[in-house]
Amino acid sequence: MSALVRTEKLSLAFGGVVAADAIDFELQAGERLAVIGANGAGKTTFINIVTGFLKPTSGRIFIDGKDVTALDPRRIVRLGVGRSFQLPQLFLEHTVRQCLELAIVGKAGRLGFFRSLSAQADQKEIDHTMELVGLRERADDLASSLPEGQRKLLDVAMALTLRPKLLIMDEPTSGVASEDKHDLMAAVMRALSEREVTSWFVEHDVDIVTQYATRVAAWISGKIAADGPPDQVLADPTVKREVLGVA
Amino acid sequence: MSTNLVRTMVVIGALAFLGLGLSLPWLKTPAIFVLSYGLAALGVVVMLRGGQISFGHAMYACIAGYTVAFLQRAHPELDGLVLIIAGMVVATLAGGIIGVFVVRYRAIFFGMLNLALSMVLFSLLAKMYEISGGTDGLRIDRPTLAGITFDRSGYESALLIGSLVAAIFCGWLVQRYFRSAAGEALAGIKTNEARLEYLGLSARRILWSGYVISAALVGLSGALFALVQGLVTPEMGYWLRSGEFVFIAILGGSVHAIGAFMGAIVFTVIKLGAAAFLTGVWQMLLGITLIVVILAAPTGIAGLLRIGTRRAPEGGAR
Amino acid sequence: MTVDLLLLALADGVSYAGLLFLVALGLTLIFGVMGIVNVAHGAFFAFGGYTAATFVVALSGPDTPAIVLLLALAAAAILVGLVMGTALEAGLLRRVQDKDPILQLLVTFAAFMIFEDLQRLIWGASPRSAAAVVDSLGTLELFDVTYTRYQILLVPAIAIVAYFSLRAFLRRTRIGKQIVAVTHSREVATALGINAKRIGWFTFVIGAMLGALGGALAAPVTSLVPGVGTDWIVLSFSVVATAGLGQITGALIAALIIGIARSIAVYTMPELEVVVPYLIMVGVLLVRPSGLFTVAQARRI
Repeated sequence: MSALVRTEKLSLAFGGVVAADAIDFELQAGERLAVIGANGAGKTTFINIVTGFLKPTSGRIFIDGKDVTALDPRRIVRLGVGRSFQLPQLFLEHTVRQCLELAIVGKAGRLGFFRSLSAQADQKEIDHTMELVGLRERADDLASSLPEGQRKLLDVAMALTLRPKLLIMDEPTSGVASEDKHDLMAAVMRALSEREVTSWFVEHDVDIVTQYATRVAAWISGKIAADGPPDQVLADPTVKREVLGVA
Repeated sequence: MSTNLVRTMVVIGALAFLGLGLSLPWLKTPAIFVLSYGLAALGVVVMLRGGQISFGHAMYACIAGYTVAFLQRAHPELDGLVLIIAGMVVATLAGGIIGVFVVRYRAIFFGMLNLALSMVLFSLLAKMYEISGGTDGLRIDRPTLAGITFDRSGYESALLIGSLVAAIFCGWLVQRYFRSAAGEALAGIKTNEARLEYLGLSARRILWSGYVISAALVGLSGALFALVQGLVTPEMGYWLRSGEFVFIAILGGSVHAIGAFMGAIVFTVIKLGAAAFLTGVWQMLLGITLIVVILAAPTGIAGLLRIGTRRAPEGGAR
Repeated sequence: MTVDLLLLALADGVSYAGLLFLVALGLTLIFGVMGIVNVAHGAFFAFGGYTAATFVVALSGPDTPAIVLLLALAAAAILVGLVMGTALEAGLLRRVQDKDPILQLLVTFAAFMIFEDLQRLIWGASPRSAAAVVDSLGTLELFDVTYTRYQILLVPAIAIVAYFSLRAFLRRTRIGKQIVAVTHSREVATALGINAKRIGWFTFVIGAMLGALGGALAAPVTSLVPGVGTDWIVLSFSVVATAGLGQITGALIAALIIGIARSIAVYTMPELEVVVPYLIMVGVLLVRPSGLFTVAQARRI
């Protein structure tokens, strides 16, 4: 069975900086991959390249066996990829509910010109997603009025609404209050396993990584330095030194 | 402010227009100009929703107006309604074609390209005397309206009623568009275009639809303008005219379709009032008004009256 | 097209380009430093022209030396730039400093409307001119054609002097370097101790003076009527947009391209004379949206 995501010698270099160094990478369906690494190691850049936001200088990207190297984010999303961002990307002048409504009608693809958005969107599904991430009470508040942690929740919820095959989350629990981190990840993982969604998330919190990941990839200076089961990677001396900051 | 209140305002406004317009003959043409400018500003408001400002939209009024003039020259027997629809259709088609190129641009570049295109049209019309009548323009004779031949006063009354109906209908349609999926997605372009793309939506396609709608509205305004003025000139497409449309849109506010018409009323009242009582300073008065609005009430008159506010417990007017 | 005609067009075009460049220079400088598209720049042009015309008419007698009239042009430019520039920057632009760039633009548009009426109130509607300046400099013969020294020598010379002076000013003087710093990042410049507010005012006034200088230099060869500012602002904007907002050297090149192209049109296809700048603008923007000489910036997420 071909990998869900595969990259071949994927590279991005600009102005002397090598953000991604000939990366050969494979992600199988059903995996829960945690990506760790220091800031600037290339974790987000790699996501940007794979999802089409940045064009690589060389190399190829395959999703479900299909060459998507030249595609833009819109088409890659349509292949079944959902993404949340390090800095939550929301529609700040819309309410929480409206953000999810836009995600849901986006999924369907046809935008009505006369029927109201709320009528066109599946409100039950939106209510369910909001319950899942704990945003039900703030449904009618403007996204701009949400504190950082809840913005993260909304960002993840929007990606979830797309019912993707692969959910990529960039630092989903950063900014979320520590008591809530586990609740969020647990809820998301529950939703994902219900629907057999593969997950790929960037995380700095080692507890979250150990608890929810089936595989860990550690990035150092544009390369994947270690890749394997969590206990193996987290025990690796280079990873401990360069990424976790432990002697 | 609730929908019912807006509806009441529209009814009162329409009655006022009709009442004043039909009883005071000298108010008829100004009233029609208000509605024409309001429709054009409404077109600009649609673009504002997507966070883009065009400094060239007057070209669509110009295209529609000259279409009316050329058509009438070729077929003098054509009814006014046919002329208006034809003008609007041609302007919309132009918008569709130009839109394909223009929606790749954002912010000041969007504004500049539209400006450049409108100035190309203006310059061509101004110089090609044989075809366009040059800066003198082309005259338009009073056609029949809905089959009826009117005298001057009746013609103006009929146009007033027609414009009013068109304005209300368009305003209503645009409001529905704003609340529709396509319209809310358009508003999403303004706040986070990358997010739209990551939801699988094409920002370009959404903006293009909005652009075509705005071209149609400005085209309609141009056709009405041509019929009431009885003359089309290249000035209809000059950058100052586009600027006036933007002015009115900001003055009235882009939070609700009715804002465009509120802005048009204030604009025309100041312009006429200044011309009547303080000759030669209407631009100054308008300029001061715009500055005051931008400093004190950037969401315009409609925003000030909190029209179109969501029933959200937190957060302010949208 | 004969060689004579081409040379004629070139000479005309270079002179016209000189005027275009001066007006565009002020506009692009202000955008580069303050991020504002100043629609009122057209008013600087118009007021510069009208003031220059007033001075020249007042000063010109049968024996007035050319230098006096030229100084009158310069004085008009400096005066208008200083007064109007300060009034607009300190009185209005500072209040909208943190607002949406579109609102800032609209504020300058409103200011432009105010200035247009002010201009009509001061100078009325009949055409003004300062032809005395041209006459005082005489003519010369080039390729068997008689040109006015004003058009062929003076205007291009001033444009070139202005270009090199500004470049030297920005690169070598302390204030110039501060201006460059503020252009790159207002925040960082302020953190380094630069008074961004004062730099903003200073740059704006320089830009206004340049616009007014364009008008003052145009006065002797154009007829100043209400609406001249409106025409010139959109024309200079075509130069700025073609070059790329904030590009100074680019503006020089774009002005030359547009000036010469327009001149060639005047001699070959006169109906297209007015269209040429905007056709070029459309052509360039369709291929390179940020202008010929700007490097576009990508968004980060």
